[in-house]
This record gives sequence, structure tokens and C-alpha cells, in this order.
Amino acid sequence: MRWLLLKDLQILRRSPLQAVLLVVYPILIAVLVGFAISGDDEKPKVAFLNEVPADSRISVGGEQLPSSNVSERICRRVECVDVASREEAEAKVSSGEVLAALVLPANLVDRINSLSTLTPGVPEVEVLVSEDNSVKAGLVDDRIDALLAEANLAVARRIAKEGSRYLGLVINGGKLELIGQTFPILGLRASAEILAALEPALEPQLRPALKQVREFADEARDNLDVAGPLIDRLAQPIAVKKVAVGGEAPPLETFAIAVAATFTLAFVTVLLVAGSLALEREENAFPRLTRGLVSREALLAEKVLLGVAVGLVVTLLLLAGLAIFAPLAWERFGLWLAAIVLGAAALAAAGAALGAAAREVRAVALLAFMVTLPIAFLSLIPSGAVGSGLYDVIGVVTALFPFKPTLEAITAALDSTGDGIGLPLLHLAVLIAAYGLLARLALRRFASV
Amino acid sequence: MQAQGLVKRYGEREALRGVSFSAAPGELVAVIGPNGAGKTTLLSILAGILAADAGAVDVEGGAVGWVPQQAALYRRLTVEENLLLFARLERHQDPRASVEQMLELTGLGERRGEIVARLSGGNQQRINIAIGLLARPRVLLLDEPSVGLDPRQRARLWEFVSGLADDGTTVIFSTHDIQEAERYGGRLLVLADGESLFDGSSAALREAVRREAPEAADRDFETAFVAYLHHRGH
Repeated sequence: MRWLLLKDLQILRRSPLQAVLLVVYPILIAVLVGFAISGDDEKPKVAFLNEVPADSRISVGGEQLPSSNVSERICRRVECVDVASREEAEAKVSSGEVLAALVLPANLVDRINSLSTLTPGVPEVEVLVSEDNSVKAGLVDDRIDALLAEANLAVARRIAKEGSRYLGLVINGGKLELIGQTFPILGLRASAEILAALEPALEPQLRPALKQVREFADEARDNLDVAGPLIDRLAQPIAVKKVAVGGEAPPLETFAIAVAATFTLAFVTVLLVAGSLALEREENAFPRLTRGLVSREALLAEKVLLGVAVGLVVTLLLLAGLAIFAPLAWERFGLWLAAIVLGAAALAAAGAALGAAAREVRAVALLAFMVTLPIAFLSLIPSGAVGSGLYDVIGVVTALFPFKPTLEAITAALDSTGDGIGLPLLHLAVLIAAYGLLARLALRRFASV
Repeated sequence: MQAQGLVKRYGEREALRGVSFSAAPGELVAVIGPNGAGKTTLLSILAGILAADAGAVDVEGGAVGWVPQQAALYRRLTVEENLLLFARLERHQDPRASVEQMLELTGLGERRGEIVARLSGGNQQRINIAIGLLARPRVLLLDEPSVGLDPRQRARLWEFVSGLADDGTTVIFSTHDIQEAERYGGRLLVLADGESLFDGSSAALREAVRREAPEAADRDFETAFVAYLHHRGH
């Protein structure tokens, strides 16, 4: 078997295009994925025109609130490109230099302040966006919606906080600063105490009326105590409590690396093994080999070994390349090896079955792409993205091909916090046996002359 | 080598209908017949590539070397790498010595480092035969070995093959070329539509042609042979 393996590696070396692709492909994928996952911090550029006067403040009850730093918050989420005029903002959007432009008009704060008057206005901000690409437009809409929701929330929280402070004064008393003067506020609590102290000194016939007033002050104080937290919640009435069900998802960059590694492993292994087996027939060598020199089982095992060896080298090369962009858990290298070797063996066995079925090298390449590519994409569909019935069907289809279990095994090997690796490895072992059997059956057709 | 009552069917079609023959050590047997006669099927069964539906093949004490019609070798490997691979697979004790021997036998020593795909069809066929010989066979089967070779290459091929027979190897080859069969085959086995029509020397075949197709007896041997087949209903 080792001589056949040596022969296949010699043939591989003699095919410069194939050999170069096997080296260049993982490097290219590693660089592309690396830039994609390391580009997380790169913010979209948005032209920002803030026409609101610097000293404008939102007022509540005649008092100006401290700055909510809305513009600062916005510019933390996107890269703000300051512009001097609306025309400049338009030009930057049209040229594609920025994704969109956000204009805060000069009267924005005045209109917000008018909300508490008898003639409320409608506070508006202006968003300029190029609609030449629907995907881009959708992305901008989502981004701007998110930004405005955050800005609204910041303002609402500030107002709610002030409202709570005033309510505290009404309940507990204190000092109110207003237009440069300080006013003492007695508060419901102190009022009730004073009334309670006065009660014994009053004529008996006046006491029931005083008692009613004191009880009202007590009840008002108790109920307004409850209103405080309610006002706080008005800013964000519904809170989100996220509960992870069915295992914790791996970090996005780990998943991206696992997908890149599995794609590379799948295509290299399936194409190489399927093509190499079909080549035995095209070169007329298969009958000569299997006349007693090599058993069919040994030939299949050699092809699987070839796929595992090349797939392992290429995938490790890819992971080493990706390690430049993202930290990888090298202490889990043993698990990486287990996942890659079993995944490669299952994919190689599937490649052998395809190669034996298609028999011709060109047909094999086409068949390998036609099978591997859709299965790979189907394997990436998350639950909930399609109907439950369709998702079950996809689950069955993807479980029959080694791509998804290989992805699960590599993800588990790379990520210590995720699901265990045992089940995917067991799944792969079953697929190795199944595809090995299928390949052996398909090899019967090879004998026909 | 002995073959007894070989039958092979492809669906409804019978490619071989009870063919029997034997060949002694050092004999050169030519299997001739028109297209579809069953020549390649017969050689494939003798080589163990195909299983017969009925009948048996017995080879006394030795391996069978098989040289398929289309060169069965790796075109992206060099001449030497091909020979070395098969010598190793044949478990030769000293594969490199066997390679040297084959390079000398085929006269391709100077081209040992060339990629096979760059060699002429004739030279590829020589390597094809050399690989067949690496099995050190008692019986060598050649399926239309001279197809695509020029006259000089043919002459060298038959000189080479005759030398093997002289050394005691049983050689069974198929061919379309009646003259070639007559010239190099010590015995001729005529197949038509899967049937064995004749088994004997070339002189005996000429006699059979004269007897069964007298109108063509004075013509060239190929024309006479075609007339003979016609008289036998093929």
C-alpha cells in the first residue's frame, strides 16, 4: 500500500497546478477568513452633521438636563466622518465614501423640549442613504434604526432619571434648584409626620378630618414609592433575558475558522480521492493492480490514507495561517488531530464512493462539486431559518454526508466551551464504514472492460 | 495453460460459447477473429480480470502475465518509476535490479527518466509488456500488442516476444492481423461470435481454408480467411 501511496504523491507532485492549488488554496482561504474575522472592529463609515448648538440641552420641568452625549454614543458604534454641510454629506454618500449620512438638525433639541408643552413638535433626524443597492440599503436601515433606538433610549433614561428625582422630592422632601434659586420641599413623609403630631392638639370634632388628610399623605407616599421604579422602567419597559438552550454556541470567530477548515478539508479530500481513484481506471491500471497485486479493499484504504494525509497537511496549514489572525487553542492540538483525521477519513471514503461511481476524472470533479457544495451550504443553515419540516429534512440529508459532523467535530476541537467532540467523532466513524462499503460496492463496475 | 468450456454472457449476448484450448510451455498461440469474436473477453478470463459464467482455467504452477490492449501504466510517472512501482508490488527481492533488467530488455535504458506520457505509443507498449513480464509469468497474455506500432517497432516487439517463448514462456496473443498471426503464431485459435472455429497450425488453417472455401484458395490469405469465415456462417 505504501508504494501506491508513494506513487500517488509522485503523481500529485507532477501536476504543478494541482500541487500549487493544494498549497495556495488553504493560504488564500486563511487570509480571507482571517481578514474577515479580524475585521470585526472595523466600523462602517457614516457622515455626521451635527447642527445642534453646542449649548442646547433637553429641559424637564424648566430645568436643563446634563448632556446625554448622543453624538458621542453614535460615533462609538460607527466611524463618524464629520462634514460641514448637508451638500457635503450628500456628496460623500453618492460617491460611496460613506455608507450613509446622519444629520441632526439645529432645532432637534427645541423640538424635543416642545414635547412637554401644549404645542408639541416632532423631533426628527435626517438619514441620507444611497438606494442603488438593496442589500446595502437594508444594512444601512438596520444600522441607523439600531443607532436611533440607542439614542432614544439614552435620552429617555436621562428623562426618567430626572422624573424619579422629582418624585423623590415629593415623597421625601428636600431642596429644589430652579432658575438659580433653592426652594425647600417638605415632602409627603414629613407632612404626614407633622399632621400626626398635630392630631392630639386638635379639637376632637376636627380630628376625623385631619386623620383623613394624614391617611391620604401616607397612602400617597406608599404608592408613589412604587411609582419610582416604574418610571425608571419606562425608559426600557421590556428587558431581554437570554437563555442558551441546547448548548452554548461557539464564539463567531471560532465557528468561522471551523467552517473555513471544514470547507478546505472537504474539497481537497473529496476531489483528490475521487479523482485519484478514477485516474486508476483512466490509466487502465485498475485491472492490472487488482489481478492479485493489491486487493480492492487495500486500494480503497490507500486512497483514504492519501486523502487523510493531504487533507491533514492542508488543514493544519490553514489553521496555522489563521492563528496569525485569531488566537487558537493549541493546547487542544490532540483533539484537532482527532477531528481532522476522522473528518478527512469520512470525506475521503465519500470521495472514494463518488470516484468509483463516476469512474471518469472529469465526471468525478463535476460530481464532487455538485454533491459537496450544496451539502456544505445546507449544513450551515441554522435552526429557525427555515420551516421545522424542511429543517428536519435538511438535518437528515446533512447527517448522511460527512461535512456537518466534520464541522461539528472541528468546532468542538477548537472551542473548549462548546459541545463535546465524542458524538461527532462517533458519527464520522459510522460514515467511514458506510461510505467504505458503498465505495467497495461501486468498485464492482470498475472491473467491466 | 488449459481452458475448458469457457462461457461468458453480457446480458442476452453470449460473448464466449464453450471455448476450450490448451497451450504448452514455449508455445506462441495467436487468437484471431473479426471484431466482437470474443478475443479480448477470452484473454481477460484467462488473465483473471473477468470471471467466466461457466468453464474453468488451469495454469500449471505459475503466474499469468497480462498485457492489456491499452497501455496500463501511469503516464505521469517516468519509465523507471512505473517499472519500480510494479516490481515492488510484485514483491521482487531486488526491485531495482528487476527494473534494470526490464530496461535492458525493452531497450529503454536511456529514456528511463522520461515521463511516460511523452513517449511514443510503441515505447509505451514496450513498457506495458515489460510490466506484464515483471510478474515473471509462465504464461504471458498479450491483447493486440502491435496495434498502433510502426513496422520497425512491430519487428522489435515480435523479436522480443519470440525470445520469451524461446525461453519457455507460453505466449498467447490476440490480433486482427492475419499475416502477423500466421508469421508469429505457432498455433492459431480462430474465434467468431464467441465460438472456437479452428485450433491448429497456420499450415493446417490454410488447408482448412482450401477445403472449405476453394473459390478463395488462390487469393491472399486474408481474403481466403474471410471467405472461410463466411462459409462457416460468420
